[in-house]
Amino acid sequence: MSEMIEVRWHGRGGQGAKTAAYLLAESAMQEGKYIQAFPEYGPERMGAPIMAFTRISDSPIRIHCHVKAPQVVAVLDPTLLETVDILDGVPEDGTVVVNTNESPNSLRRTLNISGRRLFTLPATQVALEIIGRPIPNTPMMGAMIKATGLLDIEAVIANTRKSFEKKFNAQVVEKNIQAIRRAYEEVKSE
Amino acid sequence: MKITPETGWKELPQGGVIPEAGNAEQYITGSWRTFRPIRDEEKCTNCLLCWIHCPDSSIIVEDAKVVGIDYDHCKGCGICAEICPPKIKAITMVAEKRD
Amino acid sequence: MGNLISMEGNQAAAEAMRQINPDAMAAYPITPQTEVVQTFAQFVADGRVDTEFVTVESEHSAMSACVAAAASGTRVMTATSANGMALMWEILYIAASTRLPIVMALVNRALSANINIHCDHSDSMGARDTGWIQLFCENGQEAYDSLIQAVRIAEHPQVRLPVMVCYDGFIISHAVECLELLKDNEVQKFIGEFKSVNSLLDISHPYTFGPLDLYDFYFEHKRQQIEAYGPAKQTVIEVGKQFGSLSGREYGLFEAYHLQDARLAIVLMGSAAGTAKEAVDRLRANGLPIGVLKLRAFRPFPSEELTQLLSRFEAVAVLDRAVSFGAAAGPLFTEISSALFASNHRPLLLNYIYGLGGRDIDIEDIQEVGKKLQKTAESGKVEQPFDYIGVRK
Repeated sequence: MSEMIEVRWHGRGGQGAKTAAYLLAESAMQEGKYIQAFPEYGPERMGAPIMAFTRISDSPIRIHCHVKAPQVVAVLDPTLLETVDILDGVPEDGTVVVNTNESPNSLRRTLNISGRRLFTLPATQVALEIIGRPIPNTPMMGAMIKATGLLDIEAVIANTRKSFEKKFNAQVVEKNIQAIRRAYEEVKSE
Repeated sequence: MKITPETGWKELPQGGVIPEAGNAEQYITGSWRTFRPIRDEEKCTNCLLCWIHCPDSSIIVEDAKVVGIDYDHCKGCGICAEICPPKIKAITMVAEKRD
Repeated sequence: MGNLISMEGNQAAAEAMRQINPDAMAAYPITPQTEVVQTFAQFVADGRVDTEFVTVESEHSAMSACVAAAASGTRVMTATSANGMALMWEILYIAASTRLPIVMALVNRALSANINIHCDHSDSMGARDTGWIQLFCENGQEAYDSLIQAVRIAEHPQVRLPVMVCYDGFIISHAVECLELLKDNEVQKFIGEFKSVNSLLDISHPYTFGPLDLYDFYFEHKRQQIEAYGPAKQTVIEVGKQFGSLSGREYGLFEAYHLQDARLAIVLMGSAAGTAKEAVDRLRANGLPIGVLKLRAFRPFPSEELTQLLSRFEAVAVLDRAVSFGAAAGPLFTEISSALFASNHRPLLLNYIYGLGGRDIDIEDIQEVGKKLQKTAESGKVEQPFDYIGVRK
């Protein structure tokens, strides 16, 4: 099971953290991986801090316990940095991708982060510019894929298209794809 | 099938269902009676109020006329005597006597 | 990997129900079961099933409607959780005692108070004496597979009992996992056509259901009902085997994981069984001769089979996700220990209560249990027969 990757998504109710966790899982499955994805359920409301999780593995996933030490963390809302311990359990060599206007260097200084690979992207801005709504989950998916190299970006895009086509019109689907591509190009590393 | 007080669990119908309809008729409740309704055929106008009200369907009617009382099932509740119009009073309750 | 798809547990359950296409469904939504009913209601609205969906004002009514529909000679399904099933209480007994083959998806959730929407097995365990067959599932795949098998088990002429397919709330119901679905026609062929027995609507053979039944016959009716759980056990095995040849996934009364060469065992049910398998793999890598017994059928309880399997072990830990207040131990432990008591050889037994109200149980927690088992076996003495996993001191 050493080959299993665990991802934690931080967001606020309504920002699509659960959708992102599920999308990543589905994309990984299309790539021949075994997956698990689940949200953390509590008194969730629009705006309340929530978490969602994705597990990806080369072999069937049997465990059903909480994700405590994710190798990858994606933060969908910069205001969560003030209130939520986004680094909780993240190992020294873990990857953290944050939706913020700040650069990774500056974020490291403000939050006093040691170790970990830091990536940032103004995902809300990307979402507003391309999709027209402040839903940062799809750009954050693009940023996360670039930062981690977990999956082939084209596979993620193909699966997102397939999944979103069931729920949204063609224009919305294409805009989300565009947002993923731009995020993939623009995500900043240290 | 015939179910008797001796029938064991293996023979009983599954799920406690009663597989025949209308078998309450086989249960003779006439012995519960301490007062017996006696109908005076002369006074009876065949208004059938007793037939409507009898809780045990024990007023026997043929061609819209009362022809008798089913003493096998009549429990002697007296509703028939009570409901019979005051000016008619064709039914009286008489104490059961051991013959 | 075949035709794997990703699906939430509740969606998988609803999908099984769609493929089963029951004649009637009566249900009331409750967290974490809601998506089952919601998804199935959508199938009804879209005309994808022929089911008469009865919307009701409570779970008591839901189960009452199920009883009536089943007594009228139709294939009936429902779904609920925790407090919802508690409200069905009196009718659960009526469904089983009247021998009505209703199939229920029970999404396990803690009972109030205080209000908790997360998983434990207190709802199933409270209903263990209602007469329903209870099958516990480890993941979404098992929930899907077991719902399909449940139809065959419930409707077997020698069984004719309602079946609860229990799977863990949120942990399974709301988790997306990989699973494999059968084709619609495969499911239909497997479950076969519904054969009505003693139908209320058979006006040429009228039946009376649920009549007054006092001390002259009630005991005989109960004695007769008890007899159905033997064939039920055989049917769970047989249907599980046949499902295996159809799908490649065989089922039985329980799953033995690495028990063959083990001297220590952990017994548990539901989603934590997967976590336990992982823990056992790690313990075995360190040389511990340990395995997992994942119980699937809690009712009928496989007493003889478990005694035969477990009596040769040195130490066994039973993990309960429910409490029997005022009892000496958890409900699963009580069953296992009383089964083993009849044996001349029996292992040292430990009981742990875990996971109440959704409290997490992880690989390390179960590894600890393994180590305690080893200590117990080595000393030949039970230091602490009853303990908790993961509760704050």
